[in-house]
Amino acid sequence: MNSILVNYEYCTGCRSCELACRNELGLTAGQSGIVITEVGPIEFNADIGLAGEPYDWVYMPVLTRACNLCETRSQQGKLPSCVQSCQAWCMYFGEPQKLVTKIDGKTRWALLGK
Amino acid sequence: MADYNEYLASFDHAAYHEGEWQWQEGEFTVTRTTHWSPPGCHMGCGVLLYTKDNKLHKVEGDPLNSVASGKLCVRCLAMPEATNHPDRLKYPLKRAGQRGEDKWERISWDEALDTIAERVLSIKKDYGSECIVVVHGTGRNIGWQVPYFASACMQTPNVSTFGFGGFACYLPRMIGTSAKYGDMIIVDASQAHPNRYAAKDWQVPGVILIWGNEPIKSNADGFLGHWLVQCVQMGSKVICVDPRLTWWGVRSDYWLPVRPGTDAILAMAMLNVIVAEELYDHDFVDCWTYGFEVMAERVANKTPEWAEPLCEVSADKIRGAARLIATSSSCACQWGLAFEQQIAALGVTETVADIMAITANIDNPGGNSLFRCAYLIEKRYGLGDDYIDKDVYARKLIAPVSGINESRIVSCADSDAILACLETGEPYEIQMFWIQSSNALACASMDPARTYNALMKVPFIVVADPFMTPTAQALADIVLPVAMSCERNSCRTWWTPVRTMVKVTDYYEAKSDEWIVLQLGKRVKPEYWPWEDDKEFANWYLTDQLAPGGTLYQRTWKDTVENPGTDCCNGIEYWDWDATYHKYAKGMLRPDGEIGFNTPTKRIELWSFGYDRWGVDPLPFHVEPPESPLSTPQTFKDFPLVLSGGGRSFEFFHSEHRQLPTMREFHPDPLIMVNPSDCEKYGVKDGQWIWMENSRGARCKQKVKSTIEVLPGRVHAEHGWWFPEQDGAAPNYYGTYESNLNNMTQAFRTGQGGIGNPIKSMLCKIYPVQDSDVLPHDIIAKNGDFASYEPGQPYPYIEEPVVTTIN
Repeated sequence: MNSILVNYEYCTGCRSCELACRNELGLTAGQSGIVITEVGPIEFNADIGLAGEPYDWVYMPVLTRACNLCETRSQQGKLPSCVQSCQAWCMYFGEPQKLVTKIDGKTRWALLGK
Repeated sequence: MADYNEYLASFDHAAYHEGEWQWQEGEFTVTRTTHWSPPGCHMGCGVLLYTKDNKLHKVEGDPLNSVASGKLCVRCLAMPEATNHPDRLKYPLKRAGQRGEDKWERISWDEALDTIAERVLSIKKDYGSECIVVVHGTGRNIGWQVPYFASACMQTPNVSTFGFGGFACYLPRMIGTSAKYGDMIIVDASQAHPNRYAAKDWQVPGVILIWGNEPIKSNADGFLGHWLVQCVQMGSKVICVDPRLTWWGVRSDYWLPVRPGTDAILAMAMLNVIVAEELYDHDFVDCWTYGFEVMAERVANKTPEWAEPLCEVSADKIRGAARLIATSSSCACQWGLAFEQQIAALGVTETVADIMAITANIDNPGGNSLFRCAYLIEKRYGLGDDYIDKDVYARKLIAPVSGINESRIVSCADSDAILACLETGEPYEIQMFWIQSSNALACASMDPARTYNALMKVPFIVVADPFMTPTAQALADIVLPVAMSCERNSCRTWWTPVRTMVKVTDYYEAKSDEWIVLQLGKRVKPEYWPWEDDKEFANWYLTDQLAPGGTLYQRTWKDTVENPGTDCCNGIEYWDWDATYHKYAKGMLRPDGEIGFNTPTKRIELWSFGYDRWGVDPLPFHVEPPESPLSTPQTFKDFPLVLSGGGRSFEFFHSEHRQLPTMREFHPDPLIMVNPSDCEKYGVKDGQWIWMENSRGARCKQKVKSTIEVLPGRVHAEHGWWFPEQDGAAPNYYGTYESNLNNMTQAFRTGQGGIGNPIKSMLCKIYPVQDSDVLPHDIIAKNGDFASYEPGQPYPYIEEPVVTTIN
């Protein structure tokens, strides 16, 4: 069983994953196996202990029920279409136990799987 | 992804047919190649094209191509929507009614080419070939083909992009750094190394200075912005100079939201800090620069406290950012279009260039590389201009007074001079426009109403494009259907590596840019067009180009397409020269082989001889926008918002991609960003269509995005919008005037040396659109324009600027 790890600190919201997935699954407008959500931009007025600017603005891909973790591609040795196309280089595919060792305690991560 | 080798190990290379350029995968033929236009963009990413029965079905990024490593933007992922679009031009067309009636008749290629050739020959004979103007757009693979066509077929010196004055797109940064460094600087994201982020002699930038652009959306000038996202994950810090809050600003140590058009003030204050606190690299300054003392004297009083009220960035932030630049292991400066879309273009360019120079961030790993196009294949614009008669060349349309034009560092004709020639009929009457892949009315033209009226005077206009555009619909007498990227055999460098494109499909009678110029060249001037086909033409471009001297490339187009390059995949080839650091210390930059930079002093010129010869201030300077809170305080009372234009998005390249269903699903309407407090102040709401209007009454409408991405008092709008779904006939022309920010920009208002235009620093007011409002196209159809003007002259000032140059 494989999963997708997202270092969403760096997701740029470019939506390439959505469209690559739509192409792979043959879905039409408004549908994909993965959809980007947006949080922000937020300006923090209180001191939240950031070294840099007091803002946040992140994107996070969410799997829909259409996602099959690119079973066929994976069997062929290819990357899932969303991971391959991810312009931000912030998605990883593999065994969840191995993937979570990347979590660094500094940036924000999420494990997507089923 | 912090580890590139780990990425390469995360998939089975055999599954992607490593070493092959074409194979069968089930029902599809898969081809490993490069995408480059149409549709347009500035990059050339590696793609896998899935085709069947002469049709493109799917596009994937190629993980084995190190240019983009399999990553691909939505525009490329949706490419079949473009190549198979029902609205594509299928056949050559001849106008059947009056211009603007949307009446067209299908003709054969022979008829089209014979008609054009006959007309060209008679214009040359009766009026002189300078009366033909050749226009190309940007980001389409025509940067060498069309200039050569202008020289070797049309034999006219009047070749240019057309519509935007002051060469306000990249050229100012190119000539500015050419003068000061002898070469151009490009951020080093390891793109010259085949093994990219794993390259041994590369190091990740200590700090990335994002200045005046959003590189992940714009991917400008042969640079893929997401490369820098990878650098950030490998440890680069970020400083972001941008009036807007972007992805970069949020992730930065310092976001410096400069007042639009005052970047040079901010840059002078940074220089002041670096000099006053002695944070510069003393050895580099001593050994490799000229004019440090006079530069230091110029900025001695430009303290952060002096700058703060002018550029609206706090002195503390300016000081902090300057220190971080100077003390980081390296600083990579990703500078953008905002540099020349302000009237202080050459001033801000030279000031930021000085910051990079005195901190020794030139040609260093993870800094700013001195690149030339791979194997010197793309040497310069103006290829073949020796084929133009000297007397004809002397009649090139250039600005009346400009040392830059006289020095011939700029090969193209001057857009404002072309517009003046059209409006006044002096020094001659232009007889023909050849427009290849440019949509001036919707995009490039700073004043679409003036451009339209001027071009309506031209007796014969040909437009070549894949789609019927507002420009083609309004003005063309003949329209030629252009092939898409997967329908052409071609190549590119810009900058490195060399990349080839290979034809895998056809679409009705659409033909490639190469085929079109070849066929017409053969009809008009056969002696300069000896090539049998596009493949021979590509070979000549790659390996010959008017030899002796030639290029340094040895491989043919076919060999490059089919076989892997050295340490890289099929279809590309890297060049060691670009991957070498500190070239100035190795005698690699100068034609005489001596150590040093390719400048008169062999040093980086902080006091620039080039600038001085052009009649431009050779030391850091600022010029205040012609309308701004400081320069026109009375106007500012009635037009209290500073308006920046030209916002890019993932979905569109300039005026392209508006026909594609997925791009409009993701991004249906043009958006103007307004701060929530300004929404309340000016009575406009998120999602509402509003007008932005300037002091001469020019206006356009976009939809409000209420957001803190812009500060109170500033708004930011998108460019390039037209609506292919609307009526194309006059006067609507696919709604090209309705949301067109360029209704409000203007020709003939340029900076020192005729360079730069204040596009990103205007004043406006905003108010909701009402159903009863007269639309821009009706105003233009009735009155010609929003305001009156003298032919060949700028609009008169509404208020004379009280502040201009600050140095």
